[in-house]
Amino acid sequence: MNAVAKPSMPTARLVTWGGFAALLVVAPLLLSSSLALNILSQIGYLIIICLSYNMKLGQGGMLSFGHAVYTGLGSFAAVIAINYFSNHNIGLPLVVVPLVGGLVGALVAVPLGYVSTKKAGTTFAMISLGIGELVVAIAMMLPDVFGGDGGISINRTYGQPLLGVTFGPQIQVYYLIAVYCFVCTALMFAFTGTPLGRMLNAVRDNPERVAFIGFNTQLVRWYSFIISGFFAGIGGALAAINFEIFNAADALSGLKSGAYLLFTFLGGVTFFFGPIIGAILMVLASVLLSELTSAWLLYLGFVFLIMVMYAPGGVASLIMVNVRMAHFGKLRRLWGLYGGLLVTGVVMMLGVAALIEMIYHRQLNAGAGPVVQYLGVPLDTGAVTPWLGAAALAVVGWALMEGVRRRFARAWSTAQEEIESEIQARGALQ
Amino acid sequence: MEFFTISLLNGLSYGLLLFMLSSGLTLIFSMMGVLNFAHASFYMLGAYLAYLISGVVGYWPALIVAPIAVGLLGALFEQVCLRRVHKFGHVPELLVTFGLSYLVLEVVQLIWGRAVVPYGLPEQLQGPLFSIYGTQFPKSRAFIMLVAVLMLLSIWLVLTRTRIGYIIQAALTHPDTVEALGHNVPRVFMLVFGGGAALAGLAGVVAGNTYVTEPAMAYAVGPIIFVVVVVGGMGSLAGAFLASLLIGVIQTFAVAIDRSLGDLLAGMGMQVTASGGLEQVLRLTVAQVAPILPYLFMVLILIFRPKGLLGTRET
Repeated sequence: MNAVAKPSMPTARLVTWGGFAALLVVAPLLLSSSLALNILSQIGYLIIICLSYNMKLGQGGMLSFGHAVYTGLGSFAAVIAINYFSNHNIGLPLVVVPLVGGLVGALVAVPLGYVSTKKAGTTFAMISLGIGELVVAIAMMLPDVFGGDGGISINRTYGQPLLGVTFGPQIQVYYLIAVYCFVCTALMFAFTGTPLGRMLNAVRDNPERVAFIGFNTQLVRWYSFIISGFFAGIGGALAAINFEIFNAADALSGLKSGAYLLFTFLGGVTFFFGPIIGAILMVLASVLLSELTSAWLLYLGFVFLIMVMYAPGGVASLIMVNVRMAHFGKLRRLWGLYGGLLVTGVVMMLGVAALIEMIYHRQLNAGAGPVVQYLGVPLDTGAVTPWLGAAALAVVGWALMEGVRRRFARAWSTAQEEIESEIQARGALQ
Repeated sequence: MEFFTISLLNGLSYGLLLFMLSSGLTLIFSMMGVLNFAHASFYMLGAYLAYLISGVVGYWPALIVAPIAVGLLGALFEQVCLRRVHKFGHVPELLVTFGLSYLVLEVVQLIWGRAVVPYGLPEQLQGPLFSIYGTQFPKSRAFIMLVAVLMLLSIWLVLTRTRIGYIIQAALTHPDTVEALGHNVPRVFMLVFGGGAALAGLAGVVAGNTYVTEPAMAYAVGPIIFVVVVVGGMGSLAGAFLASLLIGVIQTFAVAIDRSLGDLLAGMGMQVTASGGLEQVLRLTVAQVAPILPYLFMVLILIFRPKGLLGTRET
C-alpha cells in the first residue's frame, strides 16, 4: 500500500484487491471443517474491528483503551434489532443488521468522542480507559437492559429467507461477514486518501502546525473517531450475529479493548494492511494457542513487550523491510542468518517454554500428578533432571542466538548502507 | 452523625491510599512524560512480595523490604525496557508499560496462583482502634492513613529540602539545562521511576492485608488512579492529592447510601410508574451506582474544566 508513487499503480491495486476478494471467496472452500469456518468468520469481523481501531491508533495517533465500547454497543444494537424485528414481524433482513450496529457505534461515538478527543496523546489514553470503565459499569448496573451475566441470545434465522438464504448454516454467515469485510476494508482504505484522512495523519504528526494553518485539530480527531466508531459497530454487530449472543461483561470489557490494542499493534500500525495481520494473529492465538497451552497470555505478553522494544512497526513493518531488501537483491545473503536465528530461537524457546509449562503445571494442575506432557514428551516436575535440562536448553539457545543475532545485525546494517548508497547513486544519475 | 463520621474516616483512608498510588504515577508522568500503565501492577507486586517476605521475617521488616524490592524492579524495568523505547515517543512508552502489566499479572498468577493468598494483618494492627457511637474503626485503616501522611511528608521534604529534590524539580522543567550542568538526567529518571514504583509497592504492602491480595487487585484500582490523575490535573501533585481524597470520600459515602432515585422522588411526593429499563433506573440505589461515580466525575471535569482541578497543562 505504500506503492502509491509507482506508475503501474492501477494494475497493482487491482491485483491486490482482486486477490483479497478471491481469498475471501475461496478460503472456506479450501478449509471447510467447522472449526476452520468458525476461525475464518472470526477473522473476517476482527479485520474490520482492528482496521477501525487502527484508524485511531495508527492514522490518528490516538491510543485508545476503550475500543470495545463501540464494538460492544454495536453488538448490543444488533441483538436488540434482531429481537425487535423478529418479535414485531418486521421484514428487514439480517443483512442490514450490521448497518444498525454501525449507526449505533457512530452515534455513541458522537458524545463520547467529543469528550475523549478534547485531549490527545497520553491523556486521551487515560480518558478512553475511564470512559470504557464507565460504559461497562453502567451496562452491568442495568441487567434488565443489557442482559446481565446471562447475556442476551438471538436467533439469526428470523423472518423469511432472503433469496433462499436463511443464515442458519455457518457458511452463509461467513459469506455475509466476508462481504462486509471486503466492503469495509475498501471503504477504510478509501478513507485514508480523503482530505479528512490526510489531515488526520497531519494531526497525528504535528498538531501544532495543523492548528497554525487554521484547522481545528480536535474536530479532525472527533470526526475520525466517529467514523472509526461506525466501522467498529459493524464489526461488533457481525460478532454478535456470528455467536448469536451478546454478553455485556465480555463484549464491553477493558480486556477486550486491551486485546484489540495488543493485536492491532502486533500486526503493525504503520501500514494499512497491518491490522489485517493482527486480526489473523488474534484469532489464531485465542483459538489455537489457548488450546495448546494455558500459559498463552504469558507468551503473548512477552512477544508484545519484545515487539514494542525491537519492532515498533509490528509484523507488517518486518515484512516490508524484507520486501525492500529483496527488491534490492540483498535478501539472498541474509537467508542463512535467518535460518540460524530460527534454529537457535527455536532451541531457546523450547527450553523457556518447558520451564514455563512445568511451573504452570505445578501451580495449577498439581492434583493431576507431577508429570506434564510437553510436546508429547512426559516431563516429571518432581525430578531435578527436566528442570536442569530445560534451563540448559534455554541458556544454550540464548547464547547461540545472541551470537547469530550480532552477525545478523552487522550483515543487515551493511546491506542497508549499500541500499542507501545505491539510492543516492541513482539520484545522482538523474 | 455516626454514619457521617465513620464514612468520612473510611473515605479519607481510601483516599489517602489512592494518593499513595497516584503520587508516584504523577511524579513519573510529570518528569518523564510517561504514563505508567503498569503502576497498579507494582502495587500488586508490593502486596505479594510483602506476603512472601512477611512469611519469612515478619510484617514489619517486610514493610521496608518489599517496597525497596519493588522499587528495584521498577528501576530495572526502566533501564532495560523503557529507556530503549524512549526514542520512539510517548505512545510506545505507554505500550511497553501496558505489556508489562500483562506480564506481571501472568507471572503473579504463575507464582502465587489465581486464588486469594492469606496475607493477614500482624497482631499489632488487628482489632479496632476506637469506636464511635458503637461503630468500630479498624487499626489497619488508621495505619494506612498514618503511612500515607508520613509518605506525603517525606516526598514533600525530599522534593523541597534536599539537593536531589532540587535536581528532580529542575529536571522536570528544564532537562537539557540540568544535563548541561553536569547531572546525569537519565539516572535521575531511573531514580524517579524506581521511586514511584516503590511508592506503589508501599501502598500495596499496607493495602494488601487490609483489603485482599489477589491477581484482580491491580485491575481494581488501575483505572481509578488514572481517573484521579486526570481529575487532579495531569502532572499536579497537589491536584492528585485533592482528587484522591475527593474520589475516596465520594465513593465511600455513595457505597453506604442505600437509597434510590425512586425513593427520592417518592419522598418529594411524586409517584412515578415506569416499566422496563426506566423502572430499573429508578430502582437503582446510590450504593449500586457507586462504581461509576469516579468515571462520571472525570467526564464532568473534562467538560467543564479540561485541565483538571489544579492542573496547568491544557493538553
